[in-house]
Amino acid sequence: MLKPYWRTLLLLLFSLAASLPALAGAPRPDIPEAIKGEQCVEETGFMRRNHMNLLSHQRDDTMRLGIRTKKHSLKNCFTCHVVNGNDGKPVTASDPRHFCRVCHDYAGVSVLMDCFQCHTSVPGDDQTTGARP
Amino acid sequence: MNKTEGSNQIDSYRRKLLGGGAALAGAATLSSGVFFTSVARAKPDAEPASSEVRWGFLIDTNKCVDNCDKCVTACNDEFNLTGFGRPETDAQWIRTVTLRDKKSGHTTKLPLMCQHCAHPPCVDVCPTGASFKRPDGIVLVDKHICIGCRYCMMACPYKARSFVHETITNQKEYGPRGKGTVESCTLCVHRVDKGGIPACAEACPEKAILFGNLNDANSEIARRMASEGSTEIRADLRLDLGVRYQGI
Repeated sequence: MLKPYWRTLLLLLFSLAASLPALAGAPRPDIPEAIKGEQCVEETGFMRRNHMNLLSHQRDDTMRLGIRTKKHSLKNCFTCHVVNGNDGKPVTASDPRHFCRVCHDYAGVSVLMDCFQCHTSVPGDDQTTGARP
Repeated sequence: MNKTEGSNQIDSYRRKLLGGGAALAGAATLSSGVFFTSVARAKPDAEPASSEVRWGFLIDTNKCVDNCDKCVTACNDEFNLTGFGRPETDAQWIRTVTLRDKKSGHTTKLPLMCQHCAHPPCVDVCPTGASFKRPDGIVLVDKHICIGCRYCMMACPYKARSFVHETITNQKEYGPRGKGTVESCTLCVHRVDKGGIPACAEACPEKAILFGNLNDANSEIARRMASEGSTEIRADLRLDLGVRYQGI
């Protein structure tokens, strides 16, 4: 029969061994390459940290004031950040391979319900506009 | 965030100043000629909508043909407004209404959509500020902050708004729509900002729906309203509508 302090020590050792993979780090998300261009609209590190602020700022400007500059628009994201599925068509946000989903799933932040319940998550064919007489 | 908003404010003042200067220069160079169109051009992307413009429709009901619903179809196609087999709750941004004079039996048909009021009751009652009016008179719903309470639907005298009851897929990139929010005619703001005309006006084979700037005395819509006259539906409410009718 082991002494109580031995038992505690063994338990500690076991739990340490069990947590080793966690120390090595969970698998990093495999971020899909942009389909064109070397550089995002801002520097990559800045985009990783601040894309949500740019998007929500742009969103209010566009929605409320009708400012439709493309640089920081959600639409512009999808001109480069598109992942094609097996059928060669861009996958929607319901697919875990979608550009936004890859990191958002990893971070446990909802993007499927928050953005793409209303917005389309694939590039569209924006061929609308009658000429004004 | 405040800082960005502040600097934006300054930017918009600058733009106004610059815009004013440009207008003056334009007036000087054009002074001898005809003064065409302050708005036949598309609004530059970076420029906010201006309160100098007031977008609206002039709808000639005499031209509206029985059994034609091309404006309704065009709107449904433009925004993928598909039904779910529940006519009571399916989204409807524009509909045709038939009025019948009881005495003579004379019927008038007209398309009815959001009237883009200058004093919109939907904006008055909205508890979150989601219902708002753009500077150029277009009344919209900011679905990011709409909580789906539907006060605006109750307040609207024209029954112009719909509530989305179902999960929506296949939205157009210029027309986000989602379950749990209220929506209505946007006057095709995505087209208008690019210098186009709304889908219904474009689709009407009889050219019964005329789109234009009510504030520009030289625009066709303003000239026709001045010379031929026009009617507001429920003018007694004094909401100063952006959509005017003839022949009712």
